[in-house]
Amino acid sequence: MHANPEAIMAHEVQHDGHHVHHQSFITKYIFSQDHKTIGKQFLITGMIWAIIGGLFSVLFRLQLGFPGESFPILETVFGKTWAPGGTIKPEFYYALITMHGTILVFFVLTAGLSGTFANLLIPLQIGARDMASPFLNMLSYWFFFLASVVMMSSLFIQTGPAAGGWTVYPPLSALHDASIGSELGMDLWIVSIALFVVSTLMGGLNYISTVLNMRTKGMSMTRLPLTVWAVFFTAMIGVLSFPVLLSGLILLFFDRNLGTSFYLSDIVVNGQIMPNEGGSAILFQHLFWFLGHPEVYIVILPTMGIVSEVISVNSRKPIFGYMAMIGSLFAITTLSFLVWAHHMFVTGMNPLLGSFFVLLTLLIAVPSAIKTFNWLTTLWRGNIRFTPAMLFAIGFVSLFISGGLTGIYVGNSTLDIQLHDTMFVIAHFHLVMGVAAFFGMFSGIYHWFPKMFGRYLNPTLGYIHFWVTLVGAYLIFWPMHYEGLAGMPRRYLDKSPWVSFNQFGELDRMISIVAIIVFAMQLMFVFNFIYSIFKGRKVTTQNPWKANTLEWTTPIRPGHGNWPGEIPEVHRWAYDYSKDGRDFIPQTEPVGANEKIEH
Amino acid sequence: MDIVSTQQRKKIHPHKFTLWVAIASMIMMFAGMTSAYVVKSNQAGWQEVVVPKIFWGSTVAIVASSLTIQMALRSFKQRAMSPYRLLLAITLILGILFIVFQWMGFFQLWEQQKVTLRGSGAGQFLYIIFGLHALHVLGGVIALLVMLMKAFFGKTKQYTAVPVELITTYWHFVDALWIYLMLFFLWVG
Ligand code: HEM
Ligand SMILES: [Cu+2]
Repeated sequence: MHANPEAIMAHEVQHDGHHVHHQSFITKYIFSQDHKTIGKQFLITGMIWAIIGGLFSVLFRLQLGFPGESFPILETVFGKTWAPGGTIKPEFYYALITMHGTILVFFVLTAGLSGTFANLLIPLQIGARDMASPFLNMLSYWFFFLASVVMMSSLFIQTGPAAGGWTVYPPLSALHDASIGSELGMDLWIVSIALFVVSTLMGGLNYISTVLNMRTKGMSMTRLPLTVWAVFFTAMIGVLSFPVLLSGLILLFFDRNLGTSFYLSDIVVNGQIMPNEGGSAILFQHLFWFLGHPEVYIVILPTMGIVSEVISVNSRKPIFGYMAMIGSLFAITTLSFLVWAHHMFVTGMNPLLGSFFVLLTLLIAVPSAIKTFNWLTTLWRGNIRFTPAMLFAIGFVSLFISGGLTGIYVGNSTLDIQLHDTMFVIAHFHLVMGVAAFFGMFSGIYHWFPKMFGRYLNPTLGYIHFWVTLVGAYLIFWPMHYEGLAGMPRRYLDKSPWVSFNQFGELDRMISIVAIIVFAMQLMFVFNFIYSIFKGRKVTTQNPWKANTLEWTTPIRPGHGNWPGEIPEVHRWAYDYSKDGRDFIPQTEPVGANEKIEH
Repeated sequence: MDIVSTQQRKKIHPHKFTLWVAIASMIMMFAGMTSAYVVKSNQAGWQEVVVPKIFWGSTVAIVASSLTIQMALRSFKQRAMSPYRLLLAITLILGILFIVFQWMGFFQLWEQQKVTLRGSGAGQFLYIIFGLHALHVLGGVIALLVMLMKAFFGKTKQYTAVPVELITTYWHFVDALWIYLMLFFLWVG
């Protein structure tokens, strides 16, 4: 007999769900309004994008590691226009780096990350049946989907996708004739990102009002898990900064297609003087970075929340400095709006203004350090369970420290004059944002996969995935610091003509080879993911990680509405681990007569 | 299993709250635009425009419509359906009038002052900023149209003021936004 009560309950709920909603395949899996399904849609779409974006980086690393060498397969796949004789054409190279940045920053680490975890975790962890507006939530996914379709289609048009860098600076982005990547591809880029902004806004609005208005009884703000706090602040940043990008893109669109010259002045293309007068390319940089800098925190904040949660659960200790964690999230959110010009130190800005931005920029190191110390202190003397999720969380902390420290270098305008637009910046932001955010995301996926699919990811593959990716990431990005210090520029097709950079030839080759290995490792993860959805070890208990938060009080496979009966009431914060001689005390457990509680 | 979100509602209806956050977001977009204007206006080669008088007409229309929609909301809450329908219809007409006035203003600027889309002075900003605002009003007009259809043909037995309150708040917002933009162009421009 299968006497597991939870399994039976789970079955009943599913059963129930079918009867009450009369869901068809379409309403259940495609146009679903269930936040859990929408979260999975974001995750899977994000993973598809991650594979494409990652593949692009492997292609341009081929060029950087083996400049001038020919790979006949490239011509077979991409044809004579883009890879004649198996070498990557300059225009193709620029398209690859541009799409790599765009895809990973926006489609994977913004939509794929926030979309997945805000959707999955907010209702489940605050005790709500769904979002404030499930319909808006569904629209948010479908706008993201549309944005994806448009961006994807730009990869297949004759003139290719946008190729002016993920920051789409004018004049390259503002003149059709500037380069092949400035043609239709650039228009599609703008349209796609505009749709993307709409999607982000709809999602963000929902996340904010759900967190503020839909918490279950007893769930005061200071009892929320840090995951919820993190996606909450992320949504705030998004809602306030993405509209400004939209403004900038509208002006860009007018410049491109309707003859204005907001960003253009005194330009000569192929010996021809352009009619545009009176514009300022720097204006675009202001509008872009007013989003662009907050954007990097949109990427990192959700993973900070995930990591806080995973570290606490797997150290069997309360998170150290809970209130300080919230305070530092708030400080980062506020400061993130006040530092954008640190990306523009070499645009000829007034040095006095520059030094204000230096000061504000360096201030961000304070809340970042608070968070880091709190993670380390939580780990300290913990009863650590090294699950794959935990390893990725610890890896996150390591990468965040390594990349964050170089932020202090580039944050100084005097140093940045040397370092700007070199490989040093690439090293900085890949460690602190790119790889760290991926580690946080992996951590979350390994941790909540049982909640999403009722099965576990294979842990052995998880350990391999972790170690190879960690070592690989450091091997790839650490050496780039030295290249950057030596003045090697970023975004250059071929640096071999410079004698001074020849010393890095071997190093670049090594980096490229490791990049291929790390990419293969991610494919293994994707395999693990798909395989485990269908064939992974089944979850047999409601609370496999022995965690305190509410999502583990739902049935193993919760239906739409999450709890079959009443929504549970909350009596304590989410971090009562190793307390009063007990391993863990769920949030739903009433406070004992003599018990002292934290929040 | 009831998954209607309002079941758990606290002090403020979640949809209303969502609207307020959305308004914050729209404010940021227009703040981005007007900041760009300020930055550009301090640079060489800046071209000014004279704001066409007809925009005063728009101002009157939209301020009046804010009043009528507020009255419509009050009637709805008193369950006085025929004044509600009438006031809603007037608001709709005033909204359409506003857009027509905007169109005429653009036309005057284009024809009389010969301000085209060439360049990047106050005129080009005006087309874009006012145009973007007019799109927001258009969104409101469409919503009003839907509400009006419902008021005439709908057979809802549920009497909830939330949708009317939502559109009222939004309408006041586009009104206030217009006043800000008008003052901005008159004083800064
Ligand atoms: C102490 C903290 C940090 C400081 C002081 C800092 C400072 C800077 C500065 C000054 C630059 C511009 C460098 C240049 O282009 O010359 C930069 C670039 C960048 N930073 Fe940071 N940063 C910090 C943390 C972070 C974090 C936490 C993230 C993301 C999660 C991040 C993501 C980026 C990205 C994506 C870029 C490059 C954008 C591009 O040009 O393509 N940084 N950082
Ligand atoms: Cu920045």
